[in-house]
Amino acid sequence: MLRLAKKLAAEGSFYAAVATLVLFAAFPFYWMLITTFKADGDLYDLKSVPYWFNAAPTLEHIRYLFAETLFVQWLMNSALVGLCVVAITLIVALPGGYSLARMPARSAETLGIGIFLTYLVPPTLLFLPLSRVVSRLGLQDSLWSLVVIYPTFTIPFCTWLLMGFFKSVPREIEEAAIVDGCTVMGAFVKTVLPLCLPAILTVVIFTFTLTMQEFVYALTFISSSEEKPVTLGVATDLIRGDIFYWGELMGAALIASVPVAIAYNLFLDRFISGITGGAVK
Amino acid sequence: MTTITATPRPMRSRFLLDRSEVVGPLFIAPAILYVLVLVGLPFLLALYYSVSAYSIFNPSFAFVGLKNFRDVIDSEIFRRTLVNTLVFTISAQIIGLLLGKIGAMLLMQEFRGRGVARALVVLPWAVPVSLATIAWLWMFDSLYSVINWTLIAVGLVDAANRPQWLGQEDLAMIAVVVVHAWRLFPFGVVIFLAGFTSVPKDVLDAATVDGAGFWRRNYQLILPIIAPIVLIALIFGTVFTFTDLSVVYLLTKGGPINSTQVLGTYAFQVGILSGDVAHGAAICLFLFPFLLVAVILLLRSLRRREI
Repeated sequence: MLRLAKKLAAEGSFYAAVATLVLFAAFPFYWMLITTFKADGDLYDLKSVPYWFNAAPTLEHIRYLFAETLFVQWLMNSALVGLCVVAITLIVALPGGYSLARMPARSAETLGIGIFLTYLVPPTLLFLPLSRVVSRLGLQDSLWSLVVIYPTFTIPFCTWLLMGFFKSVPREIEEAAIVDGCTVMGAFVKTVLPLCLPAILTVVIFTFTLTMQEFVYALTFISSSEEKPVTLGVATDLIRGDIFYWGELMGAALIASVPVAIAYNLFLDRFISGITGGAVK
Repeated sequence: MTTITATPRPMRSRFLLDRSEVVGPLFIAPAILYVLVLVGLPFLLALYYSVSAYSIFNPSFAFVGLKNFRDVIDSEIFRRTLVNTLVFTISAQIIGLLLGKIGAMLLMQEFRGRGVARALVVLPWAVPVSLATIAWLWMFDSLYSVINWTLIAVGLVDAANRPQWLGQEDLAMIAVVVVHAWRLFPFGVVIFLAGFTSVPKDVLDAATVDGAGFWRRNYQLILPIIAPIVLIALIFGTVFTFTDLSVVYLLTKGGPINSTQVLGTYAFQVGILSGDVAHGAAICLFLFPFLLVAVILLLRSLRRREI
């Protein structure tokens, strides 16, 4: 009997700990969700319990967001920037990673680590000179500046990730293709790339989420509303005067977050093995 | 050149593209070039700005030596910023790592709903930083803060004297630290999880049979095995925190009265908002020695692993 009680207590405290942790992590998202659908009168009411609806839920904030703000434009800007950066990253990182995987081990390691280290160079160190570079290129205040600058952090990371994948493709496969008359380039395109489709998909998803998460460069380079990506537009432009439109703000944050969060969760393990440099075997 | 052709080609080009010592460098060149032009060059440019009189109103490259650095160090705001940055980094990092370790130990157990719990715990790190921070901005609202509502409801604070999370100097620092730790700890969780699962189970079982208790297993067995991974997490986490601009900018913009001003936000304010690029660059460069240490540590841990 006592043993059972002890076991129950241990189990109970375990679940309590898990629940506390999950609550801490997820409460802000629950709060976004509930704010999005609360009517204004309910939202700005100090008396009633705020955790749940005290008046009927409303879609008014969502309607306002899509009909009266630039939200859709920002989403499309983000998508456009993301797609372009994905294309640039693939074009540069695919051959780069392959080359590193097939080089003599010593030079590949030095180069690979060198490229990986640029991932440690933060936007905070570079946003000032880059803002001058961007304005020299005539890209100031245009989302194309982001298309040019974002690959500086997606290329190193993806080259490093792809190097790991290419290493797992046996050399013999390309050698067979070369014996059959392919050039090295041909062997790469015809035999290695098809085998690495899952890896390429990972890179595509990651590049896209990385561009969605960036904030500093966007904040520095872009000031006109129509050119902003969604992460910047929502954070800076959904405010009129000193009044926040909390329902709209939370709705926008929620809608833009969901796809990124799902993608991240799906590819989390790959990302971790990339960032720990394969320290986890 | 990517097709298999039956017709004979000029021997020479064929020969060149067959040689991996030609194709190898050719393939990696674009990546290196991109990084050199848009990371390496701007960095040199930053170095040069920091010793010039460059501002957006007067784009002159006149060399002024170390004057900018002297100005910066002499400024009281900067000294405060430096202290804030250290406080912010160290406390967010400690909380993040502790919660990360606890979270990983909990999520390592088998229980129903573990997948869902893990997905939810990862959210703060997965969601774009600006959007997640906006949610906190609302939760810290001066009047409608849900945190304050709860504190008042349980009787911890007085309704007439509600805390202004982002408006009082000490509270504002706590607020930005909490939000950053919140963003960071899922990263700790997944890194520790990856580490824990790499510890061979039979080693643990053997130690348990030999009478090693919880703490002993933890600190003499598991920790040494996962140390390299934890170190990498620590380096990345510290770099992300030390150089953070987004969380502080969105929550407090460095205020009230510079009490949460960190290097990132201060450089942004001086270099972009005030247009004083030269001093802004000088402020940014105070990040550099710190980054250098991080890079050296990371290189070491990567090397050690290879051996």
